[in-house]
Amino acid sequence: MSGDSELVLIWKDKMNNIDALMLNAPVYYAVDFPVKLEPPFYAYITLKGKEANYRVHVTEVREYEPLEGMMRRSNKNLKTLLYLEEIQEIASIPLNEFRKENGEEIKRVSKYSYGTLTLITDFELKKFRDMTDSERKIYEMAIKDYGVELPFSIVSEIAKAEEKYDIKNTELKRIIDRAVEIYKKRLVDPYEAVGIVGAQSIGEPGTQMTLRTFHYAGVAEMNVTLGLPRLIEIVDARRDPSTPMMTIYLDEKTRYSEDGARELAKKIESTLIKDVSDIVTNITDMSVIIRPNKEEMENRGVTKDNIVESLAKIKLKTVVEVEGDNIKVRLSEPSYKNLNRLSTEISALTLKGVKGIERAIVRKSNDTNEWVIYTQGSNLRDVLDMDGVDGRRTKTNNIIEIANVLGVEAARNAIIYEALDTLQQQGLSVDIRHLMLVADVMTQKGYVEAIGRHGVAGQKESVLARAAFEITSKHLLAAGVTGEVDELNGVAENIIVGQPVTLGTGAVVLIYKPKKR
Amino acid sequence: MKFNVLEHELVPEHYLVPEEEEAIVLERLKVKKENLPKIRKSDPVLRILERQYGHIPIGSLIKIVRKSPTAGRIIVYRVVVRE
Repeated sequence: MSGDSELVLIWKDKMNNIDALMLNAPVYYAVDFPVKLEPPFYAYITLKGKEANYRVHVTEVREYEPLEGMMRRSNKNLKTLLYLEEIQEIASIPLNEFRKENGEEIKRVSKYSYGTLTLITDFELKKFRDMTDSERKIYEMAIKDYGVELPFSIVSEIAKAEEKYDIKNTELKRIIDRAVEIYKKRLVDPYEAVGIVGAQSIGEPGTQMTLRTFHYAGVAEMNVTLGLPRLIEIVDARRDPSTPMMTIYLDEKTRYSEDGARELAKKIESTLIKDVSDIVTNITDMSVIIRPNKEEMENRGVTKDNIVESLAKIKLKTVVEVEGDNIKVRLSEPSYKNLNRLSTEISALTLKGVKGIERAIVRKSNDTNEWVIYTQGSNLRDVLDMDGVDGRRTKTNNIIEIANVLGVEAARNAIIYEALDTLQQQGLSVDIRHLMLVADVMTQKGYVEAIGRHGVAGQKESVLARAAFEITSKHLLAAGVTGEVDELNGVAENIIVGQPVTLGTGAVVLIYKPKKR
Repeated sequence: MKFNVLEHELVPEHYLVPEEEEAIVLERLKVKKENLPKIRKSDPVLRILERQYGHIPIGSLIKIVRKSPTAGRIIVYRVVVRE
């Protein structure tokens, strides 16, 4: 493990250097910069100068001298020799998580840099309590006597009852006996077609769903996709939902003050240049003229200087001139193509607020009496890091975004929650286990995968099953060309060839061998 | 990102299974490693776990303690894979 917030070295390197290091480590590596750290230490390598991608363990540092078998970072100006004990690929760490010695964040590494990386050591993030003694006793009794691991919820329920009604040991035994019996009865049988049952159970109520989108009851001004379109969106794992929305909870300080919540909402809501001004393209002198609207600027708390400042972010080479109320952005070199690009780039510039969030509305929650911000548009990563936001509870309805920011497991939970919510809003009740199965299948590869031909169904092993689903000819043709073999293990393919399906009793293969006389 | 994603209520508890315990887990589940659900090396949760356990190699087992609306809580495993 690397040292807690010790100073570490970060340098930038090329992919082919790293490939060679990975092959040859441990190895001496000659670098063209001085190293002031005392070995042994950990160092990080960045590929693009934005995030650390590799970690190396350095056990020796000395002045450069040509050595046999050593490797070089560059061909000239070599200053130091590092002995790299090992090199590991790591989940990339953004460089702004490293601090310079003066406490500033590291923004870019062009050659090398020093910084400290704070290890997160106080890691008590337990979300569940341990089993109590009485629970453990019941749990172990069920395993010992019946070989069944009872679910936690059942165990704790029995334990609660045991305490409340002062149950004797013999009675407890009988209760566990009954619990195990019922539990076993409720288990899914081997070779039960859970997927089909799940599909039917979601599909049938789905026929009763509205096809229109409605206004969200709690937040009257916001339009939110509901009903069947939303359900399809979830199952299709769309990159961007048609109405991205966030529910932002606030931390203890701001939770109960309306002013604080409104202030934060203003900070979150993004203002684009086009929101506060008219943008006119002038072809005669290759410029874009911004005409700020004073009223709008006042409403949104933006000044003309803000606009001028934000114009520095433009990537094209331009000259910015202030002409009275107007601001003129002229291209350094005339080009119609770039002029077009310039005007689109200017209208998309964010003056303030969080990128992607068009509107933020403050509402008082009915059940907890706290102020909550609802937004149109979603940017989970940036909002989670804002001061005043309770990151633990803040949510978005964009499942792919959750997968990217919080991980697959969070995405799995989000799929279940969003699908259940969509169904419940329509007054339909679907057993959560079906939705859990859908979510499990969708996240099983480690990322969110759509159900359908681009996702789960398109990856079925059997050619016939894929052909039976969608785009029949494509699959059959491709299978014929590549010489695919169908093992006939699944359901669809066995129906096609007219064999018993490998489900339920059909899955059991029994061969009777009569005794020889 | 400053925010520790493991604190989020949608994210269940994640732990690294020590290498010597992997065989016991697989034996109990009667399953091969490649048949387990996967978690990507670049998953945001792994980034935090690496800050706690150090390097996590491809093929490690991650134990996940999920909150389940039906079973109370349930333990599942994912295996770390490259992209």
